[in-house]
Amino acid sequence: MKIVVTVKQVPDPNSNLGLEADNTLSREKEAVLDPGDECGVEEGLQLKEAHGGEVILVSMGPERAKDAIRKGLSMGADRGVLITDPQLAGADALLTARALAAAIKPEAPDLVICGTESYDGSTGMVPPMLAELLGIPQVTFAKKVEVDGSTLKVHRQTADGYQLVEVSTPALISVTAGIAEPRYASLKGIMAARSKEIKPVGLGDLGIEKGQPAETIEGLTDAETRKAGSVIQDDGTAVDRIIQVLVEAKVV
Amino acid sequence: MGKVWVYAELHQGSLTPTALELMAKARELGDVEAIALGAGARAAAATLGKHGAKVVHVNEDAAFDDFIAEPATDALASLHQEQAPDLILFGFTPDSRDVAGRLAARLEVGLISNAGDIAAKDGGFVAKVPYFGGAKLASMKANKKPAIVLVRPKSFEAKEVGGTAEVKDLKVTIDAGSKRAHVTERVVEASEKVKLEDARVVISGGRGMGGPDNFPLLEDLASALGGAVGASRAVVDAGWVPYSMQVGQTGKSVRPGVYIAVGISGAMQHTVGMKASKVIIAINKDAEAPIMKMADLGVVGDALKIVPALTAAVKAKKR
Repeated sequence: MKIVVTVKQVPDPNSNLGLEADNTLSREKEAVLDPGDECGVEEGLQLKEAHGGEVILVSMGPERAKDAIRKGLSMGADRGVLITDPQLAGADALLTARALAAAIKPEAPDLVICGTESYDGSTGMVPPMLAELLGIPQVTFAKKVEVDGSTLKVHRQTADGYQLVEVSTPALISVTAGIAEPRYASLKGIMAARSKEIKPVGLGDLGIEKGQPAETIEGLTDAETRKAGSVIQDDGTAVDRIIQVLVEAKVV
Repeated sequence: MGKVWVYAELHQGSLTPTALELMAKARELGDVEAIALGAGARAAAATLGKHGAKVVHVNEDAAFDDFIAEPATDALASLHQEQAPDLILFGFTPDSRDVAGRLAARLEVGLISNAGDIAAKDGGFVAKVPYFGGAKLASMKANKKPAIVLVRPKSFEAKEVGGTAEVKDLKVTIDAGSKRAHVTERVVEASEKVKLEDARVVISGGRGMGGPDNFPLLEDLASALGGAVGASRAVVDAGWVPYSMQVGQTGKSVRPGVYIAVGISGAMQHTVGMKASKVIIAINKDAEAPIMKMADLGVVGDALKIVPALTAAVKAKKR
C-alpha cells in the first residue's frame, strides 16, 4: 500500500504564539511536527508494517519545515516532499489544499492520511478539500482502520460512539489523536533519516497560480475577557465555599 | 437583500439544533432558503419554515444518510448551478464540515471556518473567527461568491418566528461515483448520560487529574450534580478520554450554568469553548494558572482530594 501522510510544522503548542505585522501567525517560534500529524505518521507506519508498501510525507511550509518531515522520517517514513514557496506564506485552506493535491496526485497513493485539524490554524478544512481535489472519498475523524484487500473499514468517531464506514482505496482519512500512540524515533531511525530524500517543490513546479485569496483578515479585536473572581487556598474550607457557589447558582 | 442558504443538517431523521441556530442569523442577512437532505427532510421543512425559511429544498434519497459528504456535495453543487446564492451557512459540526470542505473546493471559492458571528458588509459578508488561540477575534471577509461560512454550534439562539416554507424537490441524481464512503453501521457507546452540550453543570478535567484512572472521580461528581464530564485537548490528545468529550476551540462549545474546571490551566484553546458559562469554578494546584484569572471562584489545592470531598458534600446536601 502506497501511503501519503500530510504533515505540518506548527509553533510548539507549549510555547506562546506570535503575530506578524500582517496578522498571519508567526512561524518564528520554536516549531515542531504537529502532534496530531505524529499520530497520522504512526498510523501510516503501522499500516505499512502490516501490509507492506511505502510511506511518503508531504508538507508545505518554509525551508525549515524540513525538520518536521525529518522527524517523521526518523520514525520510519520512507521519503518526503516539501512544498515551499514564498508566495505560500499565510496561505488559506483552499490554496493549501490545492498545493497539497498537486504534489500528491503524481504519487497516486492508495491512502492519504491527514490529521483532523492543525494545532495552529485549526480550521479542519484541508482534509475534505484535499479529498475533493484528488477526486477520492474521505472518512474524517478516523479512530481505527482495518484493511481488507482494497477495502478499508474505518471507525469514524461520532458524538455518541462511532460509525463503521467502508471505503475502497484510493481514499483519504483524517485521524483523531487516539488512533495510534506515536513511537519515539530510535537512534538508528534518526541516523537513517539523515540520508532519506526530501524533495523540494515550488508553486511553479506544481503548475499552480496563487490567485486571489478566498478570504482576508480585515481587522483584529481582543476577545472578550471575564473578570477574575476570588482565588482561595484550600485550607479545608474550599469544599464549603464551592457548595455555597453551587447553591447560589441553584444547581444543588 | 442577499440570497442566503442554510445547510440544515439532519441527524438520523431529525433536524440538528445547530440548523435552527443558523436560521436565526440567516434571517437577518437576507432571504433564506434551506436545504434538507436525507430521511426526515420533508418533515424538517415545516420546522424550518417556522424559523424563517421561505423555501426549503428537500430530497430524501437514502444515499444522503448512507454515504459520507459526496452525495450532499453533489446536491448543493447542482442547486448552486441553477441559482447562485450569496452566502451558504453550515454548522461547524463533523458532518457539515465534510460537505462544506468538498463544496468549497469544487466551487473554488474557499470558506471561513469556525466562525462565531457573521454580518453583511459592503455587499459581502464578514465573519468573526477566534484567532491567535482565541485571544483575538479576526474579522474575516469572504472574497468569493458564494461566501461559505461554518458557524460554531451555540453561537446563536434559535427562535421560531412563524411562517410556512414553500417546499421544493431538489432534483439531483446521485450516481455510483459519489457512493463511495459507505456508513454500514452506527454504534452508540455513550450510555444514558447527560449530553455535554445540554448539561447545566459541566465538570472538565485536564492534565492536573494525573491520569485517566482518576476521571471516574469527575464522573461521580457529575452524576451527583446531574451534569456531564468534559476534558481539555491535552488529555484527549494523550488518549485519556475520547474526542467527543473535548471542550474548546476544536472541540465542543458549552455554556452551562456552572462550569467546574479541574486541573485545567486554561489555555485559550480551551477557554474559547467554555467562557460563556454563567459561573466558572476552577480547581488547580497552580495559583498563577490563567484559568484562575477568569474563574468566579478559584481554589488552589489538590483536585484529587477536593473532588471526592465535594461529591460527598453534594450528596449530603441533597439528602
